[in-house]
Amino acid sequence: MATSRSEHDAVVVGAGPAGLAAVDQLVRAGATVALLDAGHGPGGQFWRHPVPGAPVREVAGLHHDRSTYSRLVDTLHTDGVRYLPQHHVWTITAGEHFTVHAVDRSGDHEVPVEVHGRRLVLATGAYDRQVPFPGWDLPGVMTAGGVQALLKAHGVPAGRRVVVAGTGPFLLPVAAGLVAAGAEVVSVLEASPRARWLREAPAVLRNAGKLGEAAGYLGRLAARRVPVRTGWTVARADGGDALTSVTVARLDRSGRRVAGSERVVQADTLAVGWGFTPQVELAVGVGCRTRVDADGSVVCEVDDNQQTSVPGVYVAGEACGVGGAALAVVEGEVAGAAAAGRAPLPRRTSRRRATLRGFAAAVQRAHPVPDAWMDGLEDDTLLCRCEEVPVGKVRSAVRDGAVQDARTAKLLTRPGMGWCQGRVCGYATACLTARWSGTPAGSGTPAGPSSYDPTGFARRPVATPVTLDTLASYQSRYANRDL
Amino acid sequence: MADPTFLFDGRPTPYVEGQSVGAALTAAGIRSWRTTRLGGRPRGLFCGIGICFDCLVTVDDRPNERACLVPVRESMRVTTQEGTGHGDLEV
Repeated sequence: MATSRSEHDAVVVGAGPAGLAAVDQLVRAGATVALLDAGHGPGGQFWRHPVPGAPVREVAGLHHDRSTYSRLVDTLHTDGVRYLPQHHVWTITAGEHFTVHAVDRSGDHEVPVEVHGRRLVLATGAYDRQVPFPGWDLPGVMTAGGVQALLKAHGVPAGRRVVVAGTGPFLLPVAAGLVAAGAEVVSVLEASPRARWLREAPAVLRNAGKLGEAAGYLGRLAARRVPVRTGWTVARADGGDALTSVTVARLDRSGRRVAGSERVVQADTLAVGWGFTPQVELAVGVGCRTRVDADGSVVCEVDDNQQTSVPGVYVAGEACGVGGAALAVVEGEVAGAAAAGRAPLPRRTSRRRATLRGFAAAVQRAHPVPDAWMDGLEDDTLLCRCEEVPVGKVRSAVRDGAVQDARTAKLLTRPGMGWCQGRVCGYATACLTARWSGTPAGSGTPAGPSSYDPTGFARRPVATPVTLDTLASYQSRYANRDL
Repeated sequence: MADPTFLFDGRPTPYVEGQSVGAALTAAGIRSWRTTRLGGRPRGLFCGIGICFDCLVTVDDRPNERACLVPVRESMRVTTQEGTGHGDLEV
């Protein structure tokens, strides 16, 4: 009974913009597709839907590009598509075909599921990049994406008095959404100086639609008198059992904190984000070659057809370079068509992809993570939230010569060894170990030969926790088979 | 019609259909529902999308559920999780 389980022409992982676009192209080419996604419904982090009873709905146009979404999601009802929501993929193995190992979490107990495909499209997306600062583990300090998810999906503003901080265009819709939902946004702190944005104006202007989007949010914030300060950052968070105040500080042109510029702001919530970290562990696990992108993230290498170094494995969207939903859709289309054997792509598509990638690169250059966070750390600031590893422990291990890079830090002092497997602290650990061991990452855009190496943290053989029951089930299922 | 409720540390707490445990608690003004294993520090929602595992909570006696992902169900019993949530196993 080796293959009572169905085989598909392609398996797509992730039902966000890239994954949905890939499925659409595969279906048009007549391919059979399985689409696995961890979410309750399609759309990923970008096209989130309000839960049935959400008290706040459709705030501040948070659900953009609806027409693309509706068109793509219609495909899921086509014959030949097997859509599997609430399926968390934990690993992928390659043999004569690819086997995607998932757990179905739609019921009370997880159920192991295996799905087979001749081709694989990985559209696993990204999550907010974070860096530590004193007090960042206090309840009330949240990622900007988490605040957005609470609002978009559940209709709940994360707090009443909110500071939004970090860097990148994503901070604006988060702040605008909170204001529209009735929260008070004390201020939006964009760490980048305005001048940096202007330098990237050519690429930005080629994407005038994006510029209009940002202007729309700025207009809405201005109408509600929400100050948007460029060149400001969060220095620390304070409170007893939860956040009560945020210390903010001005940054100079080189991204250093200006002494004496600190101010204390009363707030119950801090939404913070420093760009995004792509989820590449499934691709890494199946052997895809990675590179370190301009923003310091580990991303998958892909060719013109979005194919990785592993034949038959395609990656689209943030996992091959953070660039936003519009780029993800184009890359998903290319990956889907190529996986269906329909390459090469039309010139119009490749031109659009190039333009959007140009915009993404400009955004990355305009929004580096300034070094100030590394200067503001205290010895007892947690670096790893899961294993509660303080900064001082890793710093002294580097000084003692025991630790030279992120990987040895992980092995000897435990950052990244907990539940999240270094998803939250991986970037920070790589930056700090590089700086302390004398090969600094530079002002947020690590490049060239240095000991900045976040790749050690990108390897996660089990991508999501599964029960021992799930693992044990393999023994009974494979007991009578030659492996 | 009144919102349905679930129990948080024994107290009836309202929620709306489809909401996650974390969202319902946030809407009720509750910010933390776990203490850490080592420092006993309070934790609640951080990433909000299932990545960080900070919002772990005990749901119907099952510890280590992610509050940001688990949808609330009528009369679900959610309790603050201390440490690993397996208090009975600790020495």
